Amino acid sequence: MSAEDWAFIVVGVVGSIAAIRLVTSQNVVHAALYLVVTLAMVGATYLIAAAEFLAWVQVLIYVGAIVVLLLFSLMLTRAPIGRETLDNQQRFVAALVGAGVLAGLVFLIQDQFSGVKVNLNATRTADVGTSLFRDFVLPFEVVSVLLLAALVGAIVIARKEETPGGPAESRVPLLGRKEGARREALP
Amino acid sequence: MMGAATIHLPLLLFFGAVLFSCGVYGVLARRNAVLVLMSIELMLNAVNVNLVAFSARLHEITGQIFALFVITVAAGEIGIGLAIVILIYRNRESINVDDVNLMKW
Repeated sequence: MSAEDWAFIVVGVVGSIAAIRLVTSQNVVHAALYLVVTLAMVGATYLIAAAEFLAWVQVLIYVGAIVVLLLFSLMLTRAPIGRETLDNQQRFVAALVGAGVLAGLVFLIQDQFSGVKVNLNATRTADVGTSLFRDFVLPFEVVSVLLLAALVGAIVIARKEETPGGPAESRVPLLGRKEGARREALP
Repeated sequence: MMGAATIHLPLLLFFGAVLFSCGVYGVLARRNAVLVLMSIELMLNAVNVNLVAFSARLHEITGQIFALFVITVAAGEIGIGLAIVILIYRNRESINVDDVNLMKW
């Protein structure tokens, strides 16, 4: 067992406990804070696995942006506290499925990669950039267009409807709305 | 001085497996839509851990590039997901995923 192994065991145990607490916590804000711990530990895993650029991207995007977004949406929605309101009735079946997935994965990993060691060569950020912009420039552009579309779509979905007919009209269900109803209402 | 730093690959993969299982449990057991989205993030992070682990094993940087793409798509997904959650909350006064059955067979 090398020093990296021990460092990673600490990181992995902390991250795993935080992940388990995240899915069993009875308070949504606590769950979001456990998510911060888990994501930070995943970032530390990237650092140990010598993926430095990815580690800082993880901290910047996940811990910096996504968790803040999740916390905002928790503040904007009513979040009751308690097991019955946060978990549904099938949680034992869900626990069974989760344990089954874990057992299957652990068996497969133990079967295939038992005792495999990895040499950790630090990857330079320059190499990441070169590979990204030389070999993967088309996926990069596609992903940036996707991100733009997601941004515009999120704004369109989440904004309040400002129809010219006033707020009463927007409450009419779509199926019950008559064709040309607004034209008839005009004098 | 700088000996070859090594790590056991199964340790990294076990961490990913634990994260993924927690995500599966969270998606199946949670009622609050925001918590379901958090569990999905957990599963995507498990995938990223595996990508980075195999990127280190194969001495190939492509795994890290794909992890970057996964992070980007996850960011877009969480943005759209939270927008839908807020829209549902505005219309139904609840983000309980069991209540939202308008389009269910």
